[in-house]
Amino acid sequence: MEEFSLMTILAVFEEMFGRVLFWAMVLVAVAITVAYIYVLVRDRTMSMRKFLLAQLSMPVGGVAAVWFVMAMTNSSFADIGGPIDWIVLLGVFVAGAIGFAILVYVVQSLVRGKATEA
Amino acid sequence: MILDTVTPNRRGFLGLAGAGGAALALGAGAAQAQKVRTSARILILGAGAGGAAIANRLADRLDGAEITVLDGKQEHWYQPGFTLVAAGLRPASYATSSITGWLPRGITFVNEYAAELDPEANRVITTGGQRIDYDYLIVSTGLTLDWDAVEGFDLSMVGPETGISAHYASPELAEKSWHALDKFTDEGGVGLFGRPATEMKCAGAPVKICFLGEDIATTKGNRSKCDFIYNAQAQNLFGVPVIHHRVRQIMDERDITYRYQHVLKGIDLGAKTATYTTPEGEVSDNWDFINVIPPQRAPQVIRDSGLAWADRWVDQGWIEVDMQTLRHARYSNVFGIGDINGVPKGKTAASVKFHLPVVEDHLVSEIAGREGTRMYDGYTSCPLITRVGRAMLVEFDYQDNLTPSFPGLIAPLEELWISWLMKEVALKATYNAMLRGRA
Repeated sequence: MEEFSLMTILAVFEEMFGRVLFWAMVLVAVAITVAYIYVLVRDRTMSMRKFLLAQLSMPVGGVAAVWFVMAMTNSSFADIGGPIDWIVLLGVFVAGAIGFAILVYVVQSLVRGKATEA
Repeated sequence: MILDTVTPNRRGFLGLAGAGGAALALGAGAAQAQKVRTSARILILGAGAGGAAIANRLADRLDGAEITVLDGKQEHWYQPGFTLVAAGLRPASYATSSITGWLPRGITFVNEYAAELDPEANRVITTGGQRIDYDYLIVSTGLTLDWDAVEGFDLSMVGPETGISAHYASPELAEKSWHALDKFTDEGGVGLFGRPATEMKCAGAPVKICFLGEDIATTKGNRSKCDFIYNAQAQNLFGVPVIHHRVRQIMDERDITYRYQHVLKGIDLGAKTATYTTPEGEVSDNWDFINVIPPQRAPQVIRDSGLAWADRWVDQGWIEVDMQTLRHARYSNVFGIGDINGVPKGKTAASVKFHLPVVEDHLVSEIAGREGTRMYDGYTSCPLITRVGRAMLVEFDYQDNLTPSFPGLIAPLEELWISWLMKEVALKATYNAMLRGRA
């Protein structure tokens, strides 16, 4: 492939999901990240109780991400052919796990609020 | 013509492209400043992958140019998707879109074909009788599938009733071809595959559909009922030696029979036989399924125009362009993009992607009073699908060198899931971005 650039990558993702869906997904991701920073600043500390639940939910997010990729493509685990495939699969799992953990932490913080912290 | 002998280096482009991205990020003002003012009349023959993409690129680079795109089709076909359609993985609509949706604003689209092309007079007459004079001509007509050259064959025969597949013909016929393959892999029998003796678009596609058929039969549990026979036109299964050996190895592993120097001459639907010309004479084989891919040639209007090579590919008519600049050897105001080019490698969308910046550079530079410097090194690529869920990302150049885009990460001759994902998920998006002039 020739001419990789941020603009090219954005163009490809826009084509992949459609411009509206892609930027909607980017906005959702940004919103969750901003909310995460907001609750950290608001609470001035990381709640270990919320963090524990967030960590426990990580496998759920990871498995869901892997399932999503497998379901949306004509793929199965039998197709994993080399080290790069394992790395991609692991990357999908880790991305799903971290994303979901942040989401779980943010949702707990916003729903329960600072007061629930003992 | 003096040209810098710069070999395109993909990694070298990273910095360049990054700089380009930064310039774009500065806003429309910066991009606008790079536009070249001109009143040149540029005619683009064909609105396929090459034609649509170069129209978008030139519309971005030139200010005041009179750009005309000539194409009689209504639909744009995403041809790299035909294999997925023919394997039942996508519907025909996956590969179909409106041709005008890909063209930029501010150009003229004439929904007719060229009927006459006179490069001496810089003039084209359309099938509707319209005369179009040009200063620069970009030939991106694609090629013609010569179905009539296969004796006894007609496109109306394609489908499950006959067991005939012709997935190169159109998205609809690729879908019908899937129903034929589906039936064959249910019921079993002899399946014949192969490729024509002419140059052809995506030389990997005949191999892919054979591999996919074998994989589908295996998944259905019917592999023992099916025989797969691949007929190569030459003394190899792929023109690039290292890829030939890998394909042969996979065919051996999967018990696919292969025969060299077997070129399909004709079929007999009643007798369900196919005739092949071989060095030892003609041979006939019975089939229950046959994938027909016909000889491929330049459109007649191009062959009649005087743009074709006089002493090479004389039965096919590819245009005589410089293999590095893609500028016509005899008419310096004529360029070629894509399948129509008479160069030794690459009638693929990936080749188009690499033709585009070269033609754009030489054309825009000339208009700006400079000389273009970019060179095409013959790069082409093919996600060579080996089964549903796996592919080999083979990339190579004029010298038959492997030119992996991701050296050390994605092994070109390894059957990988990531290469399949590229084909299934990323390729169409990249292709579409290319059409819009953004990739």
